[in-house]
Amino acid sequence: MRNAGIAIVGVVVLAAVLGPWLIPFDPSAQELALRLEGPSRQHWLGLDELGRDILSRVVSGARVSLAVGLIVVSVSAFIGAIAGSVAGYYGGVVDDAISRVIDVLLAFPGVLLAIALVAVLGPSLTNVALALSSIGWVGYARVVRAQVLQAREFEYVVAARAVGAGSPRILIRHILPAALPALTVQATLGMGGAILSEAALSFLGLGVQPPTPSWGAMINYGRAHILDAPHLTVFPGLAIALLVLGLNLLGDGLRERFG
Amino acid sequence: MLRYLARRLFLTIPVLLGVATLVFALIHLIPGDPARAMLGDVAPDADVVQLRRLLGLDQPLAVQYVAFLGGLSRADLGTSLRTGAPVATEILARLPATFELAVAAMVVALSVAIPLGVIAAVWRGTVVDHAATVLSLAGVSMPGFWLGPLLAIVFGVELGWLPVSGRGGLEHIILPAVSLGAALSAVLSRMTRVTLADQLAEPYVVAARARGASTGRAVLLHAFRNSLIPIVTLAGLQVGAVLTGAVITETIFAWPGVGRLLVQSIGSRDYPTVQGCILLIAVTYIGVNLAVDCLYVALDPRIRYR
Repeated sequence: MRNAGIAIVGVVVLAAVLGPWLIPFDPSAQELALRLEGPSRQHWLGLDELGRDILSRVVSGARVSLAVGLIVVSVSAFIGAIAGSVAGYYGGVVDDAISRVIDVLLAFPGVLLAIALVAVLGPSLTNVALALSSIGWVGYARVVRAQVLQAREFEYVVAARAVGAGSPRILIRHILPAALPALTVQATLGMGGAILSEAALSFLGLGVQPPTPSWGAMINYGRAHILDAPHLTVFPGLAIALLVLGLNLLGDGLRERFG
Repeated sequence: MLRYLARRLFLTIPVLLGVATLVFALIHLIPGDPARAMLGDVAPDADVVQLRRLLGLDQPLAVQYVAFLGGLSRADLGTSLRTGAPVATEILARLPATFELAVAAMVVALSVAIPLGVIAAVWRGTVVDHAATVLSLAGVSMPGFWLGPLLAIVFGVELGWLPVSGRGGLEHIILPAVSLGAALSAVLSRMTRVTLADQLAEPYVVAARARGASTGRAVLLHAFRNSLIPIVTLAGLQVGAVLTGAVITETIFAWPGVGRLLVQSIGSRDYPTVQGCILLIAVTYIGVNLAVDCLYVALDPRIRYR
């Protein structure tokens, strides 16, 4: 299962990286005479409502999805690792304060807070990444806090403290490496979640703005032509489902490996 | 149990206060002048000043905050800028539709997930188990806003069996409920498989089988009840996903609920209604989690709260 995950994610990453050289057409180029045309030998996945090549837009959309996923996961994991390790290591009032903030953010279901934040900040890719990161760090903080609570009692940590190592050194050199496997699993599964959330926000018109291709936005615009040109909706949706499936398979495999 | 409940309720107060504070802060995160943002760049200055006064934005922040909390204590969520009606009234009118959809999605999810999870656990390691795993992983990975339109094409348009928009009889709720419940059933079936498989390996189940209990009896009467706690916990946690998913599903199927109201309010920059919808959904989520905690005792008498 993990190998299948690696293969799927690998193909999408390759397509995203090599995209500009791979795609047969400019994703913004319009051929209005051929608008809504179905898959053909020249346009493998057909053309959209403005006569743009869907294959080129799906490949370009992979760059957007992966970029948002990577930014959200990196920022969330960074903030979460700091907040979780500080809360777990110092305990007491610091832990209480951070845990209460986490409790409040966890009281908002799923991407709802992100929807609200983007609604007030204005729709854009930057605001989507900002909104998803501002709620995403909570999951990482909880994982790291639990790991740090365990690790701070390990003998090698007590020994490091006894020989006079400072708190930052103990946290960075001795405790955080122990939390890395759990953090990696969380990041892999979190990347799938971030990509789905970005697509959902773009579907609602709150994410990537035209003409930049985004899978969620493509499904949203495709909905208007779902009866006469279902390929507008089917292919971007397949791309999302495939990439998220690959990340879930990979995350599951890593979880089994790291226990 | 009552003492535990009282303590849990007490601990919920700071969380509710935090949620209210965050929702209050939302309107102040709007770049520039919130009143100008709501009315648009071409609105006359006099209208902007009037709206600022109406929303209390001309008051000091502390005064606004106290007034906001005071309003909440009287269930006053402000006035909708789009309709002029109280936000609470607007939300209450749509609440039954969202509740109906959430319950229907949960019913769909549980009625698919539990049999699928049980089958996968009983026949663990077989083709049936692998098929169930692939099916549930596909379900988790499939975005609801993609599945919804696809279901509408097949069952609404091509086959003409079901209506694809609006709220009415039972036939109207089937497609939105399946679309919303699909991902949920995938998550729940995986949890059912894992927890039930663990229970089936426990000595009490082996002993029951040794005494001659059939597979069905050992699974349903002995192991299944003990595997219910993680399933109920996850189902409770998934209420959040259902409420978020409802925002999208209601938009796709023109279902007149709170989620659709939220999206419409975002589109028309009706921020008091956006605040009200977000607050209501968050409070509902907190309430459901509290109820799930209390359900544990009913499901497992071994759990005693101090």
